[in-house]
Amino acid sequence: MAVKVVMPQLGESVTEGTIVRWIKKVGDRVEKYEPLLEVMTDKVNAEVPAPAAGILREILVPEGETVPVGRELAVIAEAAQAPPEPASVSAGVKGAEAADVAQQRSSPIVRRLAQEYGIDLSQVKGTGIGGRVTKEDVLRYVAERQQAAAPVKEAPPPAETPPAAPEEEVIAVSPMRRQIAQHMVRSYQTIPHAWLAMEADVTKLVRLRESIKAEFRRREGVDLTYLPFVVKAAVEALKEHPVLNAVWAEDRIILKKRINIGIAVALEDGLIVPVIKDADQKSIAGLARAIADLTDRARTGRLTLEDVQGGTFTVNNTGALGSIISRPIINEPQVGILTSEAIVRRPVVIDDAIAIRSVMFLCLSFDHRVIDGLTASRFLQAVKGRLEAFDERASVY
Amino acid sequence: MAVKTLIEAIRDALAEEMRRDPAVIVLGEDVGYRGGVFRATEGLIQEFGEERVIDTPLAESSIVGVAIGAALNGFRPVAEIQFADFIAPAIDQIANEAARMRYRSAGEWWCPLVVRAPFGGGIHGGLYHSQSVEAYFTHVPGLKVVVPSNPYDAKGLLKAAIRDDDPVIFFEHKKAYRLVKGEVPDQDYTVPIGPAKVARPGRHLTVIAYGLMTTYALEAAERAAAEGIDVEVVDLRTLYPPDKATILESVKRTSRALVVYEDNLTGGFGAEIAAIIAEEAFPYLDAPVMRLAGPDLPAMPYAAPLEEAFMPNPEKILAKIRELAAY
Repeated sequence: MAVKVVMPQLGESVTEGTIVRWIKKVGDRVEKYEPLLEVMTDKVNAEVPAPAAGILREILVPEGETVPVGRELAVIAEAAQAPPEPASVSAGVKGAEAADVAQQRSSPIVRRLAQEYGIDLSQVKGTGIGGRVTKEDVLRYVAERQQAAAPVKEAPPPAETPPAAPEEEVIAVSPMRRQIAQHMVRSYQTIPHAWLAMEADVTKLVRLRESIKAEFRRREGVDLTYLPFVVKAAVEALKEHPVLNAVWAEDRIILKKRINIGIAVALEDGLIVPVIKDADQKSIAGLARAIADLTDRARTGRLTLEDVQGGTFTVNNTGALGSIISRPIINEPQVGILTSEAIVRRPVVIDDAIAIRSVMFLCLSFDHRVIDGLTASRFLQAVKGRLEAFDERASVY
Repeated sequence: MAVKTLIEAIRDALAEEMRRDPAVIVLGEDVGYRGGVFRATEGLIQEFGEERVIDTPLAESSIVGVAIGAALNGFRPVAEIQFADFIAPAIDQIANEAARMRYRSAGEWWCPLVVRAPFGGGIHGGLYHSQSVEAYFTHVPGLKVVVPSNPYDAKGLLKAAIRDDDPVIFFEHKKAYRLVKGEVPDQDYTVPIGPAKVARPGRHLTVIAYGLMTTYALEAAERAAAEGIDVEVVDLRTLYPPDKATILESVKRTSRALVVYEDNLTGGFGAEIAAIIAEEAFPYLDAPVMRLAGPDLPAMPYAAPLEEAFMPNPEKILAKIRELAAY
């Protein structure tokens, strides 16, 4: 059996590597783990060990060439095996490449939709020419995925579930649970998360809210929470740092023109993130109403597909659950997620005196492929600055 | 409402406009006592007399030149070129004089001229009676180029052309003259020059056509529907200036476009439509923009099998629709 040697993933954010040198030549015998070639990436230089013992049958990428992670570099024929006809090996490789090209060839609209819905096109069955994934295929896949995600009824447990031991209990995974699991794994595996926290002194904001909340409730019919203030601060900070309102697309970064803020709503059996569309065009009161509406419909299962699509950044009010610090997972393919933590009264040093102030942590997880600590800190500083600036003179309209 | 042929709709439009406005005159080869070789001007000389329905010599350059002179002196001439194939000698008058009259006089003068010309093949007309020459004129800013596909549009567009203050080249497909019938109101109406029309709504792909090709595209679309392919047909009606908004709106929705035209493939007006789509709807496309057109031959052949091979027809359009839908 022939074993393929592929370009390894050398570090989290590394997507490609350059062949510096082939240590072995075609026809050489190699032992398992013996250095086979030397690879250079923008972060490290490394020797790539042979994945199996055998004869180096074919080198597919010459020295000096740069190829993406996962690309096949060489073929090792296992020692016990009689060397196959070289022609058949290379024909096999070419056939595989041709099929890959046919599957990877995506039209502009398909690429755009995949981006928009966060779809891995290799998961979509193509019905076009040569198995090409068409726009219709993508839309069908999205519809099916949405149907699967809709918490209408419990899916029956899969047949291969191992029987529970007497001291164990098996719980069927609901479609929503499965959807969350898949989304979280994909996000955590594909996005190199980095994390920051800052403390904001929101004493004046607390005073503002206390002074107007009764009147607001009477006039607007909804409660005035801290979340619309946090969303407002986030939106204004995003305008200042649009690179956080974006999507990583391998060879480029796509800045989203609209600012659509997803807000995480906790449900008893899961979590859903409805989206405030064009949040930058709403006042605090408008945001409060939108949040109340989305939260209410999320809890009563009346959200539409439109309500949960198109988010460009996510805000999660973990403070409502009592958390004072958290490390959120990014809502892929967005660049960042912001949490507002519980507001606590704490002794704080101001100048040389100690005062009792209301403070809260703001936590940000960000995609380290897109931005670095400097930009992330500036963004979070901007959020903090705006939250601290709300005072009793601020208008919610 | 009466059902009429396309040629009857043209005749009605001419007669009604001549009754409405004494400045409207008609001139061309055999437009008078003969009533035009296709009978488009039949009865006009009896009603309006020799001063307003003028038989001219066989000299296209002079027909258009005289018409331009009349237009500059307050008339609204409708010049007929007997076959579009014969228009070449008049191109100098049309492109160099009529088209730029308003521009070169900084708006002091203008040229309310209509040039009507039967075009297109499929009628066994041979090399000199079958050509599609619209692309010569869609390259000339200052002209409006109109090609109706059905009697209703033919009457409304011709009236709009006669009332337009600038030169309009009005192509009538001679196979469509008596093949295409439809309801035409007796009362006065116009169809504005400019907007294209979605002749048949559909979801899977857009076919863009004009003239006889619209009729053929609609027939192909009906047959494609039986195979589960839902085709939208956009009838351009006005080629120049093109109605980009309607074309792009449709293609952005369906993500697939086929442009059908009878003229030679290379440099035909459909090539411009394909370029507009590629340039302005690229992010919405799910397949290459396709064209179906006549082959690059010097002229339409006379022999029936060769003429058939040249002309796009519903079968050829259907085959191309299948190819595009399967992409």
